[in-house]
Amino acid sequence: MGRLILNRSILGILTLIAASALIFIGTEILPGDLASAILQNQATPENLAKLRLDLGLDKPALLRYAEWLFGAVRGDFGRSLANGRDVMELIAPRFGNTMFLAAYAAIVAVPLAVGLGLAAAIRQGGVFDRTVNLLTLMTISVPEYFLAYLLIKYVAVELGWFPSLANVSSDTSFLDRLYYAFLPMLTLVLVIVAHMMRMTRASVLAVMASPYIEMAILKGLTKARIVMRHALPNALAPIISVVALNLAYLIVGVVVVESVFVYPGLGQLMVDEVSKHDVPVVQACGLIFAATFILLNMVADILSILSNPRLRQPR
Amino acid sequence: MTVVAADAPIVLDVQAMRVAVRTDHGDGPVLVDDVSLQLRRGEVIGLIGESGAGKSTIGLASMGYTRRNCFIVGGKVLLGGAGDLRAMTPDQRRALRGLKISYIAQSAAASFNPAMTLMDQVCEAPVRHGVMDTATARAAAVQLFRELDLPHPETIGGRYPHQVSGGQLQRVMAAMAMIGRPEVIVFDEPTTALDVTTQVECLASFRRLVREHGSAALYITHDLAVVAQIADRIMVLRRGKMVEFGDARQILQEPREDYTRRLVSERIAGHTFVAKPEGTAPLLAVKGVTAHYAGRPNVIDDVSLEIQAGDTVAVVGESGSGKSTLARVVTGLLPRAAGDVRFNGASLAPRLKDRSLDQLRRIQMIYQMPDVALNPQQTLLDVIGRPVAFYFKRSRAEVRVRVLELLRQMDLPEHFIDRKTSELSGGQKQRVSIARALAAEPDLIICDEVTSALDQLVGEEILRLLKRLQDELGIGYMFITHDLGTVKRIANKVVVMLRGKMVAGGDTASVFAPPYHPYTELLLSSVPEMRPDWLDEALARRAARIVA
Repeated sequence: MGRLILNRSILGILTLIAASALIFIGTEILPGDLASAILQNQATPENLAKLRLDLGLDKPALLRYAEWLFGAVRGDFGRSLANGRDVMELIAPRFGNTMFLAAYAAIVAVPLAVGLGLAAAIRQGGVFDRTVNLLTLMTISVPEYFLAYLLIKYVAVELGWFPSLANVSSDTSFLDRLYYAFLPMLTLVLVIVAHMMRMTRASVLAVMASPYIEMAILKGLTKARIVMRHALPNALAPIISVVALNLAYLIVGVVVVESVFVYPGLGQLMVDEVSKHDVPVVQACGLIFAATFILLNMVADILSILSNPRLRQPR
Repeated sequence: MTVVAADAPIVLDVQAMRVAVRTDHGDGPVLVDDVSLQLRRGEVIGLIGESGAGKSTIGLASMGYTRRNCFIVGGKVLLGGAGDLRAMTPDQRRALRGLKISYIAQSAAASFNPAMTLMDQVCEAPVRHGVMDTATARAAAVQLFRELDLPHPETIGGRYPHQVSGGQLQRVMAAMAMIGRPEVIVFDEPTTALDVTTQVECLASFRRLVREHGSAALYITHDLAVVAQIADRIMVLRRGKMVEFGDARQILQEPREDYTRRLVSERIAGHTFVAKPEGTAPLLAVKGVTAHYAGRPNVIDDVSLEIQAGDTVAVVGESGSGKSTLARVVTGLLPRAAGDVRFNGASLAPRLKDRSLDQLRRIQMIYQMPDVALNPQQTLLDVIGRPVAFYFKRSRAEVRVRVLELLRQMDLPEHFIDRKTSELSGGQKQRVSIARALAAEPDLIICDEVTSALDQLVGEEILRLLKRLQDELGIGYMFITHDLGTVKRIANKVVVMLRGKMVAGGDTASVFAPPYHPYTELLLSSVPEMRPDWLDEALARRAARIVA
């Protein structure tokens, strides 16, 4: 099992290196010359040549990639082209905000989804099951920005319970943050709950058809005990991977939600900087997103391995 | 058999029970029709019949449980002093299960939760029902493990289901059923999935446990010889109805009903279909073949055998002995590591893809599970017509003509040609598998446990069909099986395998006559016979050999 986990970890690191190469190549083949994009109307041939030298653009691409990657490993992503600030300094508070929102949504959504999925599986075919299925199907079918605007219109504007803008800053207190970020959190929860809930339900139901569940019934166990002790532990692997996929989405896919609620997270920063051609910042954001995605999936794989007694306890 | 006093209290009283399928679309078939039985304390009643007889349904319904879409629609199920299970609330029924009445299933491997230790699962029922605390339950479990002759009774409970063997798991399940000291135990084909030598040990353990604890039991099986060893009374069932119910010896020795007579006589005598080979040059010659799966030790080691046209060569052994691997090597699915396989005098390439189309055509295979071996979405024309078109490049019209001919040969109705395979019964599906093999006009057919998934009488018909085809077409059969009864009746040559090695081989008559190889003798002595005293004799013989 140790070897299996080691393999999975090495594979994760290789994937991350491949992703970094893709990000670098992607920004490399962007149309337009970086130096002329920065200088714009001051782009005299001398200025351009000097800037290229400053930026190191005269060096071969492979060498620049190696330098960038090496810097990134040490947390040095260079300086922003737009305002000359250190990229890491620019990103750090934004990344903190994104992680806060993601954790907020995850803490609400994961237990909710697994709970609803279990409840629906126990009452398979009943009114509760059908209602939950229908509601969650509706929430995944509606695009997230539409969902966000609906919440703003009804919850923020008409009821006035929560603010429609979530522009928190570094000196907002924790409780205020929870309050301001409530609607973006709710939007995210509505988007991801359905997927996780449906997988929990399907996975538990598949296990409920096994002979050892019949045996548990014939041992006179309660329904709750059968589901929690006999069905759920054997249904975990697919649930874990769907949860990981959705957690990754909470960090990587929040661009739209952050924009709608003007939430100062990493996604919003990336959108801003793309429009400014601020390549180092875009590269750094891209790499952080890729790392998050790969890391979460790697953790999910390892947890799946750990949840399998055949792998945990060899013969 | 123990003598059960006629005035012993009745612990399970099933009165005119009916179980039927009910779905949203209306009423389905009746699975159990008007079955009654009274089980007294300490008594074992055997329920016997072929698949679809309703045996398992009766066993489960005796616990007030029915599978999806099935319902107890009539009669009463009185359990001890607890009253009618049908009249109870679900919680009242639940409180009785695992304590007053418990269940032992056919497949132990599937009936244990793979994510829990054995000890936790064995102790679960009494602890959850609140009749024992964890420490008491664990001590009781260890005691039962010891009584059931499980190795390392103190520590085996800490293992997970995949860490113990099939026979051991089956006995752990018996411990799980016994721990709550139930009045009634339902044994549902508990030894069917086991090898013969393991079956003997499990049967002996079960019988001793039931006797010592004074439990009553329903023992469900399709094997009359097995039920003969353990039951006081036997009920014969067919299509949900009782055919005959009586004392075990009476049913076995003087069956009154025609159906029971057929079951008994097929089991005792069986017809012999022994092949009489004509050819002299070997069709298939396997010489010193060794094979293994990537990076693992040898699964078969230095195996040799010869098959002539018209021969039936049985390859016998228990699970894990390498008999199916031998088939995979002959067909080229698994390349051999050493040795030679010659077919019609020419050496066959180790790999399937290096063999010529003609070589592929001449060796065909029939599998154990026709359900899995046939695509349920395809029609019989697709399934049987495919090799005709593939090997002989026939036109669509010619293929159809040939498939109809093959259906007639298999005694299948011609109008089945456009049916999907999923619409057929188990025996019919196996006939389609045979037709598919025959469509290639092979010289050799490898039959891998072809009757073991079928009922006794249906399996008998398949054997008869295979024999007829051999007489007509002179095909050679390599017949892989663990059922020695079948071997004696159909094979003219036999190879006995043990852990990948050949331990005996030659003419069936000489291999199965003294002096035996010790393992052959163990196998032969483990095949249950219909006499109720057989198990005691078999155990005595084993004990004598260990002493000697």
